Formats: sequence, structure tokens, C-alpha cells
Amino acid sequence: MPDLLIELFSEEIPARMQARAADDLKKLVTNGLVEAGLTYASAAAFSTPRRLTLTVDGMLDASPSLTEERKGPRADAPEKAIEGFLRGAGLTRDQLEERETPKGAILFAMIKKPGRPASEIVAEVLEATIRNFPWPKSMRWGNGTLRWVRPLHSILCLLSAQDGAQVVPLNVDGIEAGATTRGHRFLAPDTLTVNSFDDYTAKLKRAFVVLDPAERRDAIWHDATNMAFANGLEVVEDAGLLAEVAGLVEWPVVLMGKIGDAFLDLPPEVLQTSMREHQKFFSVRNPKTGRIERFITVANRTTADDGATILAGNEKVLSARLSDAKFFWENDLRIATSDAGMQVWVDRLSNVTFHNKLGTQAELISRMEALAGELAPMVGADADEAREAARFAKADLSSEMVYEFPELQGLMGSYYAKAADKSDAIAAAAKEHYAPLGPSDDVPTEPVSIAVALAEKIDKLTGFWAIDEKPTGSKDPFALRRAALGVIRILVENDLSVNLIAGVLNRQVLATLIILKGAEFRNEGEKLLSPELSKLLGSEKMSEISYMIVDANASATETSLLEKMDSIESNLLAFLHDRLKVYLKDQGVRHDIIDACIAMEGNDDLTLLVKRAKALSETLKTDDGENLIQGFKRANNILTQAEEADGVEYSFGADIKFAETDKERALFHALDTAEAQIKPAMEAQDFSAAMSAMASLRGPIDAFFNAVQVNSDNGTVRRNRLNLLSRIRTICSSVADLTKIDG
Amino acid sequence: MSDPVQRPRSFQEIILALQSYWARQGCAILQPYDMEVGAGTFHPATTLRSLGTTPWAAAYVQPSRRPTDGRYGENPNRLQHYYQYQVLIKPSPPNLQELYLGSLQAIGIDMALHDIRFVEDDWESPTLGAWGLGWEVWCDGMEVSQFTYFQQVGGHDCHPVSGELTYGLERLAMYVLGVDHVMEMPFNDPDAPIPLSYGDIFKQTEEEYARWNFDVANTEVLLDHFVEAENECNAILSQDAQDPKTGKRIVMAHPAYDQCIKASHIFNLLDARGVISVTERQAYIGRVRTLAKACADAFVQTRAGGWLEGAA
Repeated sequence: MPDLLIELFSEEIPARMQARAADDLKKLVTNGLVEAGLTYASAAAFSTPRRLTLTVDGMLDASPSLTEERKGPRADAPEKAIEGFLRGAGLTRDQLEERETPKGAILFAMIKKPGRPASEIVAEVLEATIRNFPWPKSMRWGNGTLRWVRPLHSILCLLSAQDGAQVVPLNVDGIEAGATTRGHRFLAPDTLTVNSFDDYTAKLKRAFVVLDPAERRDAIWHDATNMAFANGLEVVEDAGLLAEVAGLVEWPVVLMGKIGDAFLDLPPEVLQTSMREHQKFFSVRNPKTGRIERFITVANRTTADDGATILAGNEKVLSARLSDAKFFWENDLRIATSDAGMQVWVDRLSNVTFHNKLGTQAELISRMEALAGELAPMVGADADEAREAARFAKADLSSEMVYEFPELQGLMGSYYAKAADKSDAIAAAAKEHYAPLGPSDDVPTEPVSIAVALAEKIDKLTGFWAIDEKPTGSKDPFALRRAALGVIRILVENDLSVNLIAGVLNRQVLATLIILKGAEFRNEGEKLLSPELSKLLGSEKMSEISYMIVDANASATETSLLEKMDSIESNLLAFLHDRLKVYLKDQGVRHDIIDACIAMEGNDDLTLLVKRAKALSETLKTDDGENLIQGFKRANNILTQAEEADGVEYSFGADIKFAETDKERALFHALDTAEAQIKPAMEAQDFSAAMSAMASLRGPIDAFFNAVQVNSDNGTVRRNRLNLLSRIRTICSSVADLTKIDG
Repeated sequence: MSDPVQRPRSFQEIILALQSYWARQGCAILQPYDMEVGAGTFHPATTLRSLGTTPWAAAYVQPSRRPTDGRYGENPNRLQHYYQYQVLIKPSPPNLQELYLGSLQAIGIDMALHDIRFVEDDWESPTLGAWGLGWEVWCDGMEVSQFTYFQQVGGHDCHPVSGELTYGLERLAMYVLGVDHVMEMPFNDPDAPIPLSYGDIFKQTEEEYARWNFDVANTEVLLDHFVEAENECNAILSQDAQDPKTGKRIVMAHPAYDQCIKASHIFNLLDARGVISVTERQAYIGRVRTLAKACADAFVQTRAGGWLEGAA
């Protein structure tokens, strides 16, 4: 039972790719071995910046011999058929076996497949693995055509057993497999010859290479936390950075350095971003002050001066980086606190295009500002404050810090707004209005932030819808799906009831269309409309101005503009509903349930829609609810068929006096009771109450169908029963469109 | 690598050390390209010569301009005009990493005391339609070089692959010389009769250019220049390969490429003036890339680009 050791030694592998590559190496090689019949006891893969290593224990030394039985033609088949079978099996006639079967004498071939030695299989599997390795990005080098993540220098491929080790003969594009590797690039660069995995790891460790990334990670974290603790400090946890740093070193040495006093007053996010992104430093916090005061860096080696030179170098680099950040911070603060203040930045955004059809960033901001003001009362915010917050929410895009560190957008705006003495709500909105950025990101909860966050997303959606740049398939370059999900989550998770069509979209879509028209005029040099347009968004005379613009442009009529608005709105609402389905599906609500609720009035209030859908979903999980659907459908089918056949609509006049049975009379009473409960519950938007009242109809409806034949010979009785079914339909349909429910 | 290393004392000594090191490794030591470029890669000795199969080994200093990086000479290590040292070897030799480390030793970096790291940094130049894989090389946490294996240039796959090294000379020199502010760095020998610091030479020009780049450069004129360069590049490339005067086959890849370089620099200036928006940016970059690709297409039709007389 030999063990297999493979090492692929290359120039430095990107840290973020190492773990995945080690897994892939293990998977590809072991799958290949097993497919070829070489089973094994266990396998493990490791990575360092310069090597991928796989060890496979207890492998078969050869694949087992196999015998395949192949059924051929009848023994008395024509000569040609038998010849063909022999060719396929690679045998002669006398090697075939003749067996009596119920269908007569049949020829059988027993084809022997001899086992193959492990080294042959390993060589094949490893070569295929190297040539087809799934690197996220790979390259060629020199004159060659082989692809690897970086130039591949050597292949170690060894089968070792008790009687010694044997190199697997393999040559991949001129790289000959051997039994050697190298140690640390600087500390032990010489060649090492190894004879087993244990020998390999031991020799590597003596050559300053810790093979196992988990061991390196643990060592780094252990030393870093100890070093910080000894100084009364704590390391800011960062698992991603830890994994990355462990992938940058073969021989980790932890060093702690100082951050210059001049930089300690920078916002902690700036310090952390700068240190993490650029230098791969861990932040070290003083628990007493809460400030980031030191950093930890991980070197790849020991030195005679115990890392003093390395640390001094790192401190110098950091201080250069931070003096840049400080320069930006101070310049930005100077502007934020000047008389003109952050408005300077907003003005500067009029030179920055948001989208060539949708105008500049400044125009975007003025649209957001107006919309935030409109939304404010609907979400409980002060309109003036919401407008001001929207005006300055993106001002930091002009700041130097955000130019340098784009990932700090919003956050810097919030610092600068505070420095400029804006209210806390305005400062918070600068930071929060981009949220939620992903499905798990928190949604803003402060009213002003909500107004601005909604304004940002709704304007984006209406804008791109107005210029017909909707997402298609996998293409969504403007992240409109994310914007739509943001709108949904902000409304639903804050329990905000907003009628999007009447309250928001009508106005916003029309305004956007008018602005687009206005832009056309501007592009043609007719600038006279600009002053009106700039005032337009907040103006109550919007429709008047729209007529004015429409009149001025013969190609657009009032009707065409309104028609376009309608089609954009309904399309956008359908898009929001689609995203809502995805959102609710993740919460376990079926799509047909959502469809049943979307079909109802008021479906542009997403919060209400979700409540309705969730209540219906809960109801349908109950026995009553599920059976009610069957009853409803039965009633509906009978009724629809009768209406089609009779050419009339049975919608009125079921009278209890024509009821013939108790069950029938009981249904009358049950419907009266349910109706009396459902109506007020629906008015109070208490969907659970309405739906449980509806579900309580299940018993009476089932009993009715069991006892009563709707199509009675008596015409009056039949009409009365159909009208009774119609009541079921009406009452149930006031809750949701149950015809949309599956099953 | 066994040469005794003397610690350099000035900026120019470091440049000279690199020049003589790479000359010893067999590179042709070229002179800077005489146009404004954003990086040493733009030198035709890199961009164009990385195309085709003809072997190549060159090294040179290239003054580089990044208008947006101007800080009026106040920032300790940011300049709108700075120097890059560039090495390009085709095909990339198997020991290129060792050769590179040798160059660090040649300028006085003691490998036993410093922490040298190869950190993933894939290089892409959207304006040149070029990309490659490689690293930024860190010395004690400071990026001292860019190390790239070119995979594609001007839209053409590189066969063979060139290895490219780019050193940011000021930063590297400041580190080696132990200087904290670039303007204080000795340019020539500090004991020379007239010692000159980097600031003596460049402080004033940094101020002048920063003001011009950020606030004064006439954007309308620049926009016109951009279009003119673009038109000229296309006009040059639209000429028949056959020169009617000499009767020779002369594909004018280099003059056309000059116009591409010019358009690229004008774009950088416009960017520094803040008049190019995010969406427009892409469009401008795309226009320069179109030129770069056309120039690359033209270069492979020349002898240096591997075109053979009589071949199809």
C-alpha cells in the first residue's frame, strides 16, 4: 500500500486562490485515481504561496484486473456478424464461450482487462489535472503553451512504500517530475530531496516553510493577540485578512508597529481601510480609548535584527499612506466647514455625468431632493430635513478622501456633514442612503434616511425605465434589481404603507419623462426651458409645465406622454412584483400565493401586499385553508360552467327560503357570519382575521357539496344554488384571487 | 550577484546601478521616449516590441506623467511627474524572479534584512487593450516594483510571453536612501561641489504643473487635441503600405502610435481637470484602446513585428 506525494512548485500563487486550488488538486487527483481503480485510505491537500501539495495514504499499488463479459450473436449467426463481434472484442473464435439460453446458443466473450501499476495511472491523472486545472485566471510564460496560475517550476511526484520511494515518471511540457523541492525563497533556497510526506514536511519546516495554512493562520493569530495583550491592547478581528496574510507567507513572523501620533485623530474607518486594503495590516485597538493605535504586520522571515528594519520600513510606508489620507481629510474638512460648505461639492457634481441620457450627478441629486421631500410625510420624516439630507447625501463624491478610497463613500459624507453642523439625521442619511447594498445588509430605519434611500432607488428605477434600460437576463449593469429589492425591503421591513403608483411613481415617472424632453431641447440649444425645469420638481404646477413642454414639441402629445407614463409605471410595478416574489420565496411564501394577492386592488402598496401574502400563506398551511381552496375551486368551476352554458351571470339573489336541506341552510348562515367578519377585517387590513373567517367556511362548503346536488331539476332551486355559489366566490375573492392558487 | 554592493548615496546612483545591472544581464539600455506618457509601458520599446515573435531585451528610464497625482510638491511621495525604470525581456526567462531580486541587491537592498514579497497584482491597461498576470513586489510593505507576464497587448495574444518589470524610481530610491520626503532626496552626490536635491530640481515644476493640470489647462483646447490626435492616428494607418515615393513597403506603426500616446495623455489631463464623468471615461478609454489596437495591428505588419517579406 504505497503513499503518494505530489507537490506543484511555482512562482507566487495569489493568496485568495490557494485554498480553493488545494481542494481542486485533491478532488481532481483522487477522483481520477478512483475512476481508474486506485482506491486509497485518506488524502489531504495543503498550500503555501509557492506550492500546492497533495498527500494520499494507503493507495493500491495497481488497479485490479477486471473481466468484462460481453454478449454476442447466436452461435449460428452469419459468419460476418461473428467476425464483427470478434473484432470488437479483440478475440478469436476459439476464445468465445457458447452458452445455451432459452433463445438458443449464444456466443459470449470474456474480455480480460489487466490491472495497471499505480505509477502509470498517477502520471496520467496528474498530467490531466495540471493541464485542466480550474484556476480562476491562468497564464502562459516564456515560449511555452502550458497554462498555470504563475510559471510552474517543478513537479514532485513520489510513490513511497516501506521498501523505498519511487519517482513517478512524468514530463509535462519539459518539466520532469522528481523527488526534490525547495525551501523558503530567502532563508533556505537550496534543493531538498524527500522520500515521504513526513520527510517532506519535516525537511520543509527545517527549511523555514510551514506547509499547512491552518497552522500558519493559528500561529499568526496566536502571536498577534499575545503581542497586543502584552501591551494592554487588542487586535481587531478580521478573518478574511488573516486567511489572506497566511497565504502571503511561508514562515510567518508577527511584528507590531506604531501609528504616528499625527494620524490618531483620523476616523478609525480611514485608518482601518488604509491599513487593511493597502498594507494588509491588522488594526490594534486600545480598549480604554477605543482608538486604533497600533498595527500588526506579518513578515515572511526572521532577520538578524529581529525584524527591526522590516518594522521600520512598514511604519514608514504606513505614515506615507496616512499622510496622504490626512491631507485629504484636512482639505475636505476645510471645505465642509467653509461658508459655502458642502454645497461646493454638490455644485461640482454638475460636471459629472450620471448617465448620458439621465444627466449629471447634480441633476440626479435635485431629482432625489424633490422626491425625498414628497416621500418624507409618507415615511414619517420632516420634509425640509429630508430634502436637505438628499441634497448632501452624495456630496462626498466630490471629496478627496472618497476619490482616493471609493469604499468610504457615504461614511465620509456623514463625517463631513457632522463637521458642517448638519443634523444627526442628515449625517446619518449620507451614510445610510446607499443601503441596503445586499440581501443581508441592514435597511435604514431612521425616517430621514428612509426617505433619502427610497428617493435614491426610486429615481434610479424610474430613470432607467424611462430611457428603456431595463435589466435583461443576466445583464443588470446599473444594479436595478438590487435597487428594486432595496425599495421592497425598506418599505416592508419598516412596515411602511405607501401607494407607490398614486403617491410616488406617477409623479416621478412623469417628471423624468419631462426632464428627458427638456434635455432634448437643451441638446438642441433651446435653453429657455432650463430655469423652469430646475424648479419643476418641487412645483405644484408640474402638469401645467408639462403641457407647455408638450405643446412646444409637436412630436409629443399630452396623450402620448401620459400613455408612456402608464406603460412605464405598470412595467416597473410588475418588475417590483417580480423582485418581491424572489424576496418572499426566500421567506417560504409560494409564488402562486403572491400571484393571488398581486391580483387584488392596492397591489402597489408592497407592505400591504406582503401582509396579505403572508396571511394567506399561513392560512393555506392549515387543514381548513387547504381544503377551502378545493371547495372554492369546486364552487367556482360549477359556477363558471353554468354561467357559460346559460349565458348569464349568477351574481345576486340567493335566498334562504329556496334552500331545501339543512346543509344548504347552514351554508347560508356561515356565509352571513363570514361576510360580517371579513368585511370589517379587510377594512382594518387585518388579513389574518379575514382569512381565518374565510377558512371557517371550509366545513359548511364541504358539507354542502356532500349533501346537495347543485344542478337540481327544479330550475328555481338550481338558480338559487348557483347564486349561493356565487356568494362563496364573491366573499373569498374579496380576500385574495384564489383562482391563482395551484392545486 | 556577487558584486560587492556599495550603498548608493543619491537618486542618480540608483538609476546608474540599475542601468549597469541590466546591461550586465544583456539588456539593451535605451533612452526615454520623447513624449508625455503615463507609464513606462507606453514606450514603444515595451508596447510594440512585446508583440510578435522577435526576441527582445531592453531596459530604460521613462519619465512619466500622472496629472491627477499632482500635490504641488507638498506630499512626501506623490508627484505628477516621476520616473519609472522599465525592463522588458521576451521571451520571459525562467529565472526572471531571481534576476529581479539581483537588481534589488545591486541597488543596495540587503536581502538578509528585508522582507520581499510577491503580492498578486494583475495588470491591465484598458487604454492599451493589454493585460498580464504578476505581482506587485513589496519590500517591507512598500510596493517597489510591478512584475508582469504579458498575456495580451493591443488585443493580440503574446507569443512568446514577455516579462515586464517596472520600478517606481523615486519611491524605491527614497527607501534605499532612507529619505522621508521626496523633495529632500539627494539627486546627485551629496558631497558634490553643487549638491542638488530632488526638490531643487522638481519642487517648482510640481507646483507649476499642479496648478496648470488642475485649474488652468484649457479643456476645450484639450478636447480638440484629443480629436485631432485620434483623427491623425487613423489617417496614418489608413495609408497604403506601399510608399508611392520610395516604392518601399513602409507601414507607419510608430508615427500612428505616437498619436495614440498623445490621445492617452490628453485624456489624463482632461481627467485631472475633472471634466470627464464616470460614463464618459469608459467611452474615452475605449477610443484610446481602439487606437492602440489599430497600432498593434499595424506593428505586426512590420518587420520588427514579425512580418516576413514574401509571406502572405
